[in-house]
Amino acid sequence: MTDDIAVVGFAQAPNVRRTHGTTNGVEMLVPVFKELLDGTGLSVADIGFWCSGSSDYLAGRAFSFIAAVDAIGAFPPINESHVEADAAWALYEAWVKIRTGEVDTALVYGFGKSSASELRRILSLQLDPYTVAPLWPDSVSIAGLQARLGIESGAWSQAEMASVVARGRAAAKHNPYAQLAGEYTVAELLAEPHLADPLRKHDCAPITDGAAAIVLASASRAPELCARPAWITGMAHRVESGQLGARELARSPSTATAAEVALGGRSGVDMAELHAPFSHQELLLRQAIGLSERVTVNPSGGALCGNPMFSAGLERIGQAAARVHSGAADRVLAHATSGPVLQQNLVCVMEGRDS
Amino acid sequence: MSKQRAAVIGTGQTKHTTKRLDVSMAGLCREAIDRALADAGVDWPDIDAVVLGKAPDLFEGVMMPELALADALGAPGKPLLRVHTAGSVGGSTANVAASLVQAGVHRRVLAVAFEKQSESNAMWALSIAPPFTMPVGAGAGGYFAPHVRSYIRRSGAPDHIGALVAVKDRRNGARNPYAHLHQPDITVDSVLSSTMLWDPIRYDETCPSSDGAAALVLADEAAADAARQPVAWLRATAMRTEPTTFAGRDQVNPQAGRDAAAALWTSAGIRDPLAEVDVAEIYVPFSWFEPMWLENLGFTEQGNGWRITESGDTELGGRLPVNPSGGVLSSNPIGASGLLRFAEAASQVMGRAGDCQVDGARTALGHAYGGGSQYFAMWVTSATKEW
Repeated sequence: MTDDIAVVGFAQAPNVRRTHGTTNGVEMLVPVFKELLDGTGLSVADIGFWCSGSSDYLAGRAFSFIAAVDAIGAFPPINESHVEADAAWALYEAWVKIRTGEVDTALVYGFGKSSASELRRILSLQLDPYTVAPLWPDSVSIAGLQARLGIESGAWSQAEMASVVARGRAAAKHNPYAQLAGEYTVAELLAEPHLADPLRKHDCAPITDGAAAIVLASASRAPELCARPAWITGMAHRVESGQLGARELARSPSTATAAEVALGGRSGVDMAELHAPFSHQELLLRQAIGLSERVTVNPSGGALCGNPMFSAGLERIGQAAARVHSGAADRVLAHATSGPVLQQNLVCVMEGRDS
Repeated sequence: MSKQRAAVIGTGQTKHTTKRLDVSMAGLCREAIDRALADAGVDWPDIDAVVLGKAPDLFEGVMMPELALADALGAPGKPLLRVHTAGSVGGSTANVAASLVQAGVHRRVLAVAFEKQSESNAMWALSIAPPFTMPVGAGAGGYFAPHVRSYIRRSGAPDHIGALVAVKDRRNGARNPYAHLHQPDITVDSVLSSTMLWDPIRYDETCPSSDGAAALVLADEAAADAARQPVAWLRATAMRTEPTTFAGRDQVNPQAGRDAAAALWTSAGIRDPLAEVDVAEIYVPFSWFEPMWLENLGFTEQGNGWRITESGDTELGGRLPVNPSGGVLSSNPIGASGLLRFAEAASQVMGRAGDCQVDGARTALGHAYGGGSQYFAMWVTSATKEW
């Protein structure tokens, strides 16, 4: 039990279509850090380890994460690291760091300003640089191929995809940070034109600027920082091949393995936040993890209602943890993804403990 | 929570050169990885996780290249982490991989770092002018030259110290078959007569631009005990970061470096680094950074670093050999340069540094810094499990 680590704080910037700040996230991060530190009663000097997730390509510059450090006030110097991936992987690195016993608290953050670029074109540069990227296949078109594979194989239908959107947008009405929200019927959604057949615009996550941050604490510190910590009972991540043709695109074996490890043989959870930037991916992930019909998925609205690149995965973990903090849920699962069409996936399982 | 022991059980690196046109990025990484696995005496099924480090993605023009390289890295079905902390990234990559073992998460972790600068244009990547940011208007040499000038003024070091470092590192590099530059005949006079690039930094005092990769295998105690060859036990690791610009920042002797070193020596139980460390692989991309970092690391009092360089103490056979591999001045595949320092520090205590071996090396320092001297990563390796 003494090895346990908990999420004790979460804060995020509003998910919005466009901000006016720099691409290094400072303007979005400063108020997020303030909210998080005020909420936990910690100061910058109290944090044992810092870890961030972001992308130089999205920021359109080398070393954007160095400029982001300006949001911290990192003097005296801090113990810090950075992953070039969604900040959910920064949270994993921080979780490992606390497990070494070197530190007992960590602050993890991610940021991305997608409005500064043409996201679907930027993401083409994640593909094989010699044989695929020169053809500039864009992220929405590749997701369309994945959606089509699932439809043709009978794994999901366009109507089921639309119902994911309808449910997510309705749930997002209760999330003040959501970019998109509202009441839609499946029939209304299916009447919309295709964007990348079989995907319609609403099947695709919007372009979002955003940032998020989480505080992790060891068992010795968590109870003093949070009334009901979200204890991490398991966390794992796996990657698949970078060759699209070598993958089973209508399945997600990396998610299935990560979930199996993170759940540790106890499959039941109250709710799940799944990082699905396309509607069919929520259906795919739900199946890969083995979530029952009873489990509420994406009560925040999910990435389809706001998808800040490089913090949307961390935001899923924060949203799920917040439901443990509030007492609304006891055992929750959060998922994050990275790379083209769910190439890399992380699953984090958390629980509240009432004693 | 208690930290588990960890050790480096194998290292590998590529032949570094300006343009490795014979291999792709995947082939470059595999050249280093295959050598590391062979040196460790392990195979792919033994590897539990992979950590990849490299400097900015813009250097190759590939966004998060670890995704496309997943197959070459042997990562499918395993956890893959990508680290990026500027020029210190190779060192950070080793430290993150070490923490995965020290935390008890994995038994064996593969750390890989590479840079294939010939695939894109690093000067372009470093010259993008983002809005609201004052352009530096200089390459790395132009950025660091004023720091060197300031160091010379503060310390009163004689003008030829930088040339001494360049001669030592290039001659050391001539003994290293993997080094990019082999210049066994270089002399202080030839360095001092080379072109002044960024006063006071001359051409022969600057690192080359290299394609290259490095890899190492980290293992837990049981796996290290089972290794067929000597291993390098980790005695301590440390990382520190400070902001790029603020009033009063000391860029010559940055607080982040001093704090990281202090934390490192404390964690390692080392009271007198100059007496207790047998060999150091320090990130010296411009010759004058040897005396600057010797001071920053606490090997000498402030202002005296150049004295141990001048006395020959940092040469092979000296009191504290620095960069017996030839260092960054002999090979600079940027993202891999830090991991090379960490791997060479491991090879020394494993007794597998070939012609660059320091006799009887039992305690070694690996050091990397990045950005504008605001990122620091370091570790201490030991030939023995107890120290």
